[in-house]
Amino acid sequence: MTGEPITEATTAAMARSLRGTGNRADDGFRVLAVAAAALVLLVLGAIALTMTMRAAGVFADHGAEFFTSTRWAPAGDDPAQQHFGALSFIWGTLYTSLIALVIAVPISLAVALYTTQVAPVWLKRPLVYVLDLLAVVPSVVFGLWGVLTLAEPIQGVYAKIHGAVDGIPILQSIFGAGAQGRSFMTAGVILAVMITPIITSLSREVIETTPQNEKEAAYGLGATRWEMIRGAVIPHSKIGIVGAVMLGLGRAMGETIAAALVIGSSVGQVSANVFSSGNSMPAVIANEWGEAKDPHKAGLIALAVVLFAMTIVVNVVASWIVRRAQVRQYGSRGGRR
Amino acid sequence: MTPPDPTAVQPIDLRARMSWRVIVNHAMTAAMLGAVVLIAIPLVLVLWSLLARGASAAFADFPAFFTKDIPHMDTQPGGGMGPAIVGTLLVTGGAALLAIPLGILGAVYLHEYGKSSTFARLVRFLSVVMTGVPSIVMGLFVYIMWTMRFGYSAFGGSIAMACLMLPVVIRATEQMLELVPAHLREASYALGTTKSRTIVTVVLPAALPGIVSGCLLAVARAAGETAPLLFTVGAASEINASLFSGANTALSAQIFANATSSFPEAQDRAWGAALTLVLLTFAITLIARVFTARIVKR
Repeated sequence: MTGEPITEATTAAMARSLRGTGNRADDGFRVLAVAAAALVLLVLGAIALTMTMRAAGVFADHGAEFFTSTRWAPAGDDPAQQHFGALSFIWGTLYTSLIALVIAVPISLAVALYTTQVAPVWLKRPLVYVLDLLAVVPSVVFGLWGVLTLAEPIQGVYAKIHGAVDGIPILQSIFGAGAQGRSFMTAGVILAVMITPIITSLSREVIETTPQNEKEAAYGLGATRWEMIRGAVIPHSKIGIVGAVMLGLGRAMGETIAAALVIGSSVGQVSANVFSSGNSMPAVIANEWGEAKDPHKAGLIALAVVLFAMTIVVNVVASWIVRRAQVRQYGSRGGRR
Repeated sequence: MTPPDPTAVQPIDLRARMSWRVIVNHAMTAAMLGAVVLIAIPLVLVLWSLLARGASAAFADFPAFFTKDIPHMDTQPGGGMGPAIVGTLLVTGGAALLAIPLGILGAVYLHEYGKSSTFARLVRFLSVVMTGVPSIVMGLFVYIMWTMRFGYSAFGGSIAMACLMLPVVIRATEQMLELVPAHLREASYALGTTKSRTIVTVVLPAALPGIVSGCLLAVARAAGETAPLLFTVGAASEINASLFSGANTALSAQIFANATSSFPEAQDRAWGAALTLVLLTFAITLIARVFTARIVKR
């Protein structure tokens, strides 16, 4: 016997050699497990393939115009009149997600820091409970609340905000006139409520890995709590937080139902005015699918392909960032999550 | 009069002074607390609206709301959400039956067989990516793969939801398997058991509470999903208890359909359905919490 360390693999091999060679049930189980894991690959591949095939005609007919035109005329009886231009929906998706991030990121970070660094022990658990509950409220319930309860009164608030910034060059066009209850802003607010628990819990996980000795070192130098957070916690968890925010962005872009209910569903709107009604890719698909005929459906599937591609890019970048953060913390073999 | 002794040490005041640093510290603490209050506001407001408007619709004529059929006209008062409740249970149950065994098996592969091999790393990475696939894309995918061939059914919705749940179950299970101490596995191997038997009789039972908790949270999230059902389940106003045949409906789909109605009767039904759905998801989440508490206790 050499002095090799006994690992799980060697003990398993020893067990197998004791039992004699091969074991059908054992191999069968292994194959089953591999097949289940391969399912992830299969589903993702099938999504990309089947949807792109369905939408290929639309992309071929419109070319780059699909992304640069705002004319969305799906239901014309004359096929020559039919035109799919997705720009206003792509704009709406990006703009509402941006609004959601602007609102959700500072709040999420503050809540994550509060629950990990500030809150007394007895308060931590109830806070996490509240966040968990917020995370499981179905998006359609937020949408229902947004459209039936929030949209009416918030219109007055929007009008007041516009009144307050009227005359200031850039702000007066961002917080523009003609406030709508169902608008980019309302959609952004609802999306912010939905992604805050996600960003908070992912950031909490990163922040909690801050080494205790670094925190104590900061206190030892006479730092206040906020200085300790700025000097020890933030530098340690910066990359992980960026990853958490990216994952939140991915969720905001793909959120359908809440946006479909409160965004206002106006076609062809590419406006920086957060108070104007608009539309986003998933919202269009959800709202128009019901009465869509075949070529129209292909157009909607083309939208879904673009949405899929955008969320994949965001998620891949996010998990790459998170992975890099883990490698930095635990070394290249650590953090196999 | 003696002159002050120049060598005398001035007493140092160790009490914190209200310097700008301390003020900034207090301001930031207050800002963090403010954010916590801010995040509770929408939850409180939503729950308040749900109770104020949903409870009267759902519990006014108990248990009629939970058993009666959905009226055909928006303007018709009363009626219930019986078919939607049955549909939600069917779709979610079917999804759980598909996704949980497959997800656990996948996680077993990742943690017990694949470990850090290239294929396992790829699957691990893609399951993170798959978590981010928008639910509406998943719905359209299942529409193309299943509904176009076999028509509307609750099972189509189950497939779409199972696709959404699969990566969540895989990740939750793998995290729990990581917590199972290696000596348990080694003790089992030492008794001469095969790897598969060790996994089924030792590793999985040890991780069970955590796996149950993770799966329940995935189910709670799935039960509230709406987008994938728009393409796969169809619409029904009477109870359809069959998983595989005939169009069905679900609570979330009914909320979406009734939310944009301008008639208060339909809106009431939407609130009632929303309250029912939230109670259902909260109940599942609470049960999951009980299992999580069990792991913490050990």
